[in-house]
Amino acid sequence: MKPTYTIALSGLNAIDNPGPGVAVARGLREAKSFNVRLIGLSYESLEPGIYMHDLFDKVYHIPYPSAGTEVLKARLEYINAQENLNVIIPNFDAELYSFMKLEKELLSMNIHTFLPTIQQFEERHKVNLPDFGEKYSINVPRSEAIYDSSELYQLSTDLLFPLLIKGKFYDAHIAYNIEQAKTFFNKISAKWGLPIVVQEFIRGDEYNITGLGDGEGNTIAAVPMRKQYITDKGKAWGGISIDNKEMLQLTDNFVSKTKWRGGFELELMKSQDGAYHLLEINPRMPAWIYLAVGVGQNIPEALVNLAMGNKVEKYNSYDVGKMFVRYSYDMIVNIEDFETISSLGEL
Amino acid sequence: MKINENLAISDNGFVFNPSSGESFSLNESGRKLLKMIKEEKSDDEIQNLFLADYDTDRNTFSKDFQDFKEMLQQYQLLK
Repeated sequence: MKPTYTIALSGLNAIDNPGPGVAVARGLREAKSFNVRLIGLSYESLEPGIYMHDLFDKVYHIPYPSAGTEVLKARLEYINAQENLNVIIPNFDAELYSFMKLEKELLSMNIHTFLPTIQQFEERHKVNLPDFGEKYSINVPRSEAIYDSSELYQLSTDLLFPLLIKGKFYDAHIAYNIEQAKTFFNKISAKWGLPIVVQEFIRGDEYNITGLGDGEGNTIAAVPMRKQYITDKGKAWGGISIDNKEMLQLTDNFVSKTKWRGGFELELMKSQDGAYHLLEINPRMPAWIYLAVGVGQNIPEALVNLAMGNKVEKYNSYDVGKMFVRYSYDMIVNIEDFETISSLGEL
Repeated sequence: MKINENLAISDNGFVFNPSSGESFSLNESGRKLLKMIKEEKSDDEIQNLFLADYDTDRNTFSKDFQDFKEMLQQYQLLK
């Protein structure tokens, strides 16, 4: 008989810059090795996932990471008392650190996670990418982390315009001159803080790969994708699974050398000379993770099984040439639901 | 000149490169050209077949064929 796991997950903001939560939830609902009760963890009352009652059995607001781990822990203790959680899957970069710090305490409450170690998390950070590339012999673009806009005038001579101006968690803009760079520095730092990463702009085609490492150097799953439609926010609104041995090898190399633990996404740029450059490593599943489920690698399911200590076989194949096409959809929601989540923090 | 054997080419002229995820559409003459290149016909053979089937001259065909080959090269559709 299949076990039933109660799994809490965040990232319910299925908006134009979507979090992965809804896609992860869909994958979990299609799991073959277990049944699920899904508990949504939200930050704002208009996150669409809150109102997707076919996906989430219950939703609770949780505090922003800025409130600190003690406040988060207290809230999770309350939620656990109501729901008896088996697994938590945090899906936002900005909250991962808090959950990683609470890993042992959560385990003492019988709540499993499957997250990278703090060391793995820190060393792949955008700010540390050049050192990461050198350590693991992976091609990365040149970049510098800056803390003040005046540092834009003191960049290394290797960094010429156009440049990518990137926030430490999210946001990236291409700057063609110093004025634009200063504007983007101010805009991004106001929203996401410091430092800001100034990165060499590599011209080429964007490719992404999502996967799952078992923490022992093995790649349990990996699905490469090419974006077919990119929004003005740089998000993939359509993509296609591809058969790309070089990307898969690069991924194996990354997982085996870092012994990565958990879901991840590698953002790559293939330059005109054919070389792949690693732009970013996202330390969690991406918003397009459902494509992996659709091509035969249910990464959310495998992650939960790893978290629960179950044996997980490596996926050896997936369907090539399958597309995901994202759409927007209006749900009709009763104001009473909005009132309940806003006032009580749960629905 | 050899076509990348991993390309998926449909009868409708839809070409999909599974390693890059790129797709292309060929018109009727493009489909015929690609088919002949895949069959490893020589440039002269291809030219003669085209000149027999289409109302064009040698120079125009030669120029267009060269453009076509360069596009195949540019889009990495060749082996």
